[in-house]
Amino acid sequence: MNNYLDFERPLAEIEGKAEELRALARRSEEMDVEDEASALDKKAAEMLVDLYKELTPWRKCQVARHPERPHCQDYINALFTDYTPLAGDRNFADDHAVMGGLARFNGRPVMVIGHEKGNDTKSRIERNFGMARPEGYRKATRLMEMADKFGLPVVTLVDTPGAYPGKGAEERGQSEAIARATEKCLQIGVPLVSVIIGEGGSGGAVAFATANSVAMLEHSIYSVISPEGCASILWKDAEKMREAAIALRLTAQDLTELGVADRIVNEPLGGAHRDRETAITAVGKEIEAMLVALENLSPKALITDRRQKYLDLGNKGLAA
Amino acid sequence: MNWITNYVRPRINSIFSRRETPDNLWTKCTECGTMLFHRELSDNLNVCTDCGHHMAITPRARMEALFDGGIFTEVETPEAIADPLQFKDQKKYPERVKIAQKKTGEKDAMLVVEGDIGRTSIVAAAQDFSFMGGSMGMNVGNAIVAGAQRAVELKRPFVLFSAAGGARMQEGILALMQMPRTTVAVQMLREAGLPYIVVLTHPTTGGVTASYAMLGDIQIAEPNALIAFAGTRVIEQTIGEKLPEGFQRAEYLLDHGMLDRVTKRTEMRAELITIVRMLLGLPPEVMGDLPAPTEAETEKVETPDETAKK
Repeated sequence: MNNYLDFERPLAEIEGKAEELRALARRSEEMDVEDEASALDKKAAEMLVDLYKELTPWRKCQVARHPERPHCQDYINALFTDYTPLAGDRNFADDHAVMGGLARFNGRPVMVIGHEKGNDTKSRIERNFGMARPEGYRKATRLMEMADKFGLPVVTLVDTPGAYPGKGAEERGQSEAIARATEKCLQIGVPLVSVIIGEGGSGGAVAFATANSVAMLEHSIYSVISPEGCASILWKDAEKMREAAIALRLTAQDLTELGVADRIVNEPLGGAHRDRETAITAVGKEIEAMLVALENLSPKALITDRRQKYLDLGNKGLAA
Repeated sequence: MNWITNYVRPRINSIFSRRETPDNLWTKCTECGTMLFHRELSDNLNVCTDCGHHMAITPRARMEALFDGGIFTEVETPEAIADPLQFKDQKKYPERVKIAQKKTGEKDAMLVVEGDIGRTSIVAAAQDFSFMGGSMGMNVGNAIVAGAQRAVELKRPFVLFSAAGGARMQEGILALMQMPRTTVAVQMLREAGLPYIVVLTHPTTGGVTASYAMLGDIQIAEPNALIAFAGTRVIEQTIGEKLPEGFQRAEYLLDHGMLDRVTKRTEMRAELITIVRMLLGLPPEVMGDLPAPTEAETEKVETPDETAKK
């Protein structure tokens, strides 16, 4: 672990000290630092518990965007077999910010679709930091349609700062592409389950997450606008993102209370990036549970269920 | 249809609406700077008589111009929780709503009505950009759902005039959820086989464009309307270059295949009637006055005064 978030700096210091001590001991054999080092370890562990006990909404945003957090590709590699990527929107291009294709989940064939942010400079650029262009949404629409045709459940993994605000994206109908993908989500007669694994950025997330069941990782977020964007508009100061993050109610906990998310998947202590395997396994269990719950519903019932869920979101609010 | 609804009521309406003399008799065209006399301007639907620039028009004024004789009935829409997130930025959200309500005289940013255009019954909705940027919160969602449901109930086409900056931030995720929610409303119309016509007016952006405003069977825009997903400034900052002239304007979108038509506001009514009647398989609109009512028909009609006397 060497990628600390700003609020983890005290933790970084302690862990650094322990690391230094051990490095020192490795160089000179007669030195025994294990007592001191393990004391530091203990202190670090306590601090981690403390830091993550009650993450503020802004800190959750930071964790949700952590570069080492497992991404779509990681989940697909670990949880799905026979993954066969399917490319292209058949109109213009293949958008690498969106990955998707046929795969087996616990043996059953499914269609899996998700945003991929990339994990190093090269792949981040290739994936456009998970910001999809119209082609990405149109590819997703095409894959959902295919899933519907062949009766395959659809699993979406949401992790995007938002749809890409670019010249070409606008010219090729970014908004129309998002609207059609959302519409397709509401039309298919197969189970559609969604997991917000990191950032659920506005319309770009809605296009994938209009599902029968929406699960959110404990420290993931889902919001109408980024806290920075909201702060610069309403506070006229992008530095007020902490306040904006609180006001927007974008945490998994708030969203379950509001009826937007259905389930929360607990993350390992210190966030999914500290123990990727555990996080990925937990997500796998959740997907299985969501799919099983929808197994016996007819296509018509699945569509009705999904539509009703969103129709019901017309008079919700937090308890006063 | 009779002479009372066709002739007397519009006259009465116009007397009432003209009685309110605006504070400012002259409006400066925001595009060419010409000073326009208020009556001339409103008669021309807030389109500059000099340069043709389309200025904002209130939903009510739009509906008055759209419906036969300026007559329409409001469709009731359920009212959502006032402040679902207890949102507070520099002002409290309910305060912002109150200011907008006072300014516009409307409850929220979407007006839904029913009535006849060219003797064709429709349900129509118009979004009010002057109400918190026309932003889409639960009430706007409610209005669209109610409008679609009413259209399905009456088997009428639904015509929607959009104008919004996007989703209403103060309702956070619940505003965002109006994207799928209004999409369900559009699907109700589709499944009932009813025409859904969107008229995009200046400006329509963000989550509104990315949901019901881009899902019309027919997509019409007013000239020079800004229609976008992302704001121009955001794009310029992201890509680090200046955008071409006319980018994200109605004509640009038409050129890029995103719209069916760009139509002047003054010609919109006639065009909507023509389109709707064709989609419904109706004969062309009968122009001119209907034949004078027979005596038998006249007797059947009671004026409100007569009803009151009884």
